[in-house]
Amino acid sequence: MWKRAMTGAIVLFLVGAAAYASFFIAPEEKTMHVLQRIFYFHAAAAWAGMTAFSVCFVANLLYVWRRSEKWDSLGVSSAEVGLAFITVVLITGPIWAKPAWGIYWTWDARLTSTFVLWLLYISYLLLRTLIEEPDRRALLSALFGIFSFIDVPIVFGAIRWWRTQHPAPVIMGGPGSGLEPTMRKVFFFSVLALHALMVFLIAERYRLEKLRTDVEVLRREAEAI
Amino acid sequence: MSLLSNTGALLGKELRTEFRSRELLTTTIVFILIVIVLFSFTFDPTSDESRRFAPGLLWLAFLFASSLMLQPCFLREQHNDTLSALRLSVSDPFAIFLAKLAANTLFLLLTELLLLPLFAVMYNVPVVPVLHWLVLVFFLASFGISIAGTSLSAISAQARMRELLLPLLMLPLLTPILVASTEVTKSLFDRAPFVQWKGIGFLAVFDVVFLTALWLFGEYLLEE
Amino acid sequence: MTPPAFSLVGLRFENIDKRYGGLLALRAVSLTIQPGECVVLAGRNGSGKTTLLRIAARLARPSRGTMSFSGQFSGEEAAAIRPGFVAHATMVYDELTAEENLLLFSRLQNVPQPGNRVEALLHEVGLSDRRSSLVRTFSRGMRQRVAIARALLHEPSVLLLDEPATGLDPQGVSWLAEAIRRLRDSGRTILMSLHGESEISSLGTRAIRLDAGSVAADTRTGATFRSILTFADA
Repeated sequence: MWKRAMTGAIVLFLVGAAAYASFFIAPEEKTMHVLQRIFYFHAAAAWAGMTAFSVCFVANLLYVWRRSEKWDSLGVSSAEVGLAFITVVLITGPIWAKPAWGIYWTWDARLTSTFVLWLLYISYLLLRTLIEEPDRRALLSALFGIFSFIDVPIVFGAIRWWRTQHPAPVIMGGPGSGLEPTMRKVFFFSVLALHALMVFLIAERYRLEKLRTDVEVLRREAEAI
Repeated sequence: MSLLSNTGALLGKELRTEFRSRELLTTTIVFILIVIVLFSFTFDPTSDESRRFAPGLLWLAFLFASSLMLQPCFLREQHNDTLSALRLSVSDPFAIFLAKLAANTLFLLLTELLLLPLFAVMYNVPVVPVLHWLVLVFFLASFGISIAGTSLSAISAQARMRELLLPLLMLPLLTPILVASTEVTKSLFDRAPFVQWKGIGFLAVFDVVFLTALWLFGEYLLEE
Repeated sequence: MTPPAFSLVGLRFENIDKRYGGLLALRAVSLTIQPGECVVLAGRNGSGKTTLLRIAARLARPSRGTMSFSGQFSGEEAAAIRPGFVAHATMVYDELTAEENLLLFSRLQNVPQPGNRVEALLHEVGLSDRRSSLVRTFSRGMRQRVAIARALLHEPSVLLLDEPATGLDPQGVSWLAEAIRRLRDSGRTILMSLHGESEISSLGTRAIRLDAGSVAADTRTGATFRSILTFADA
């Protein structure tokens, strides 16, 4: 219990520090001023969300291979947490877009593919609620999760090829792109903080899922008697 | 070798049952007809407007129709538990999928080609000069839709609310097909038609990726 | 005496659990069935008979433990063993004729000369004159005959029958009993679930009673044999 509370406190501190750094330490951006500061949160949340979905994909594969309940629990936990992060991305995006582009939403490549990604994982969670039998639910949702994750780069490629408006990637975006050194530091610190938060949330959600499956087993066995 | 002969035997079964009742084909064709007519009320189908909107409309109609058409694919096999009989008989369960997706591709393609002339007349888009390219796009896209749709109908058949679930699983997954085939079709309907090789290649890549995934994971979809 | 045209196959269940959610359909079932045994499975509804048969057919995978075929063959040959399975559902297509169904499944199983085999089986199950009718138009008893014919198509070494007499009239039951007797005497291994005593149950050489997913009784001797069958009926 103590250990969990401590970890939680550290994660909270990290996220707070990242917020502080992005507001007060990172230098003001020339054209977009204070507005640009949302980027530290927005892009870092996107990275953390994608990592969570990658964890989900690996858990799905491991479930199909090993058929151990823990991989199913990890799959659903990381999908939910990833979805929460991507939701943040989808909300902070328009907040930034309105003053910058003059519109809240535009059907550009990364926005749209992030939205499709969000929909895919909503379907994943929805599917889970519609299959009663736990082993079957675990297996079929794992397979759908695998198909979805494979689909992500294809969705991204399709939308990027045919329509785009999003600012070119500034991190690892090739020559000419890049952040001012302090900005860069702050950004990677935010990425670290949000990853810590993501891992913490997945661990907590995983614990919850374990308890839930235990309860389910006990209840069914009680019913059987 | 036995994969091919098994697939052949099963494909024969799929075609025989469908052409005996023609249930799937007739309902799908009527559905697309209705959608095409209803769409005409949402914008004015003059030739310039049509060039812009018609390709997307066409592919949306096909996509929705296929999400209905693929519904019974595995549901039918549950009725007398014939799925178990198939699993007991074939040496590689991939044959079950191959036969079903070949049949579904064929049904989709047939529907599309039957409706194309009608569509061309109603939305006055010139299809004849680019017909062979259209057939290629129709084939690649229908194949992709069938691969994903057949695998997902094996999932949805085992869940509650299956009629609603299949479109929910299938449509987001098929976004790349929708985007690519719409774009390719648009360039074919252009005043100066041209072939977007990029898009055709893209459709082919989608098909290959998902066929491989199905080959790797298909047997687990049928597990009990 | 001519040697059998099939391999002698036994079944080995080792410590099998099958879980459906929290519900244990089978609990730690360990059984060894010798080649050529004719085993009657008894027990109430929900005692796990069907689950055990589906695991033997390798349609369902056990949650724990293993099921394997034993006999003088390699692992590869063991993987190719396809039990003949008669289940609750008919496992044939209503939209196809009796003949089309049997031809389809013989092709899938690479039965040599499928035409002749189907012809012979249709005759044996007494459906020669209805061969070209859709299964949809058949009575329950006739469907069961098609189902049995389907299971026998590839002359399986192992037969798994889940209440095979369902829907058959008394005449049909006698016919089935005779067919099972012939299969048993030819050395095939048979595992069948039955309700109560009948012409068919008297063919058994061993009786096993399942209770709530575990083996409650297992015998080869006459008196206990009968008690196992009748207990299940009570």
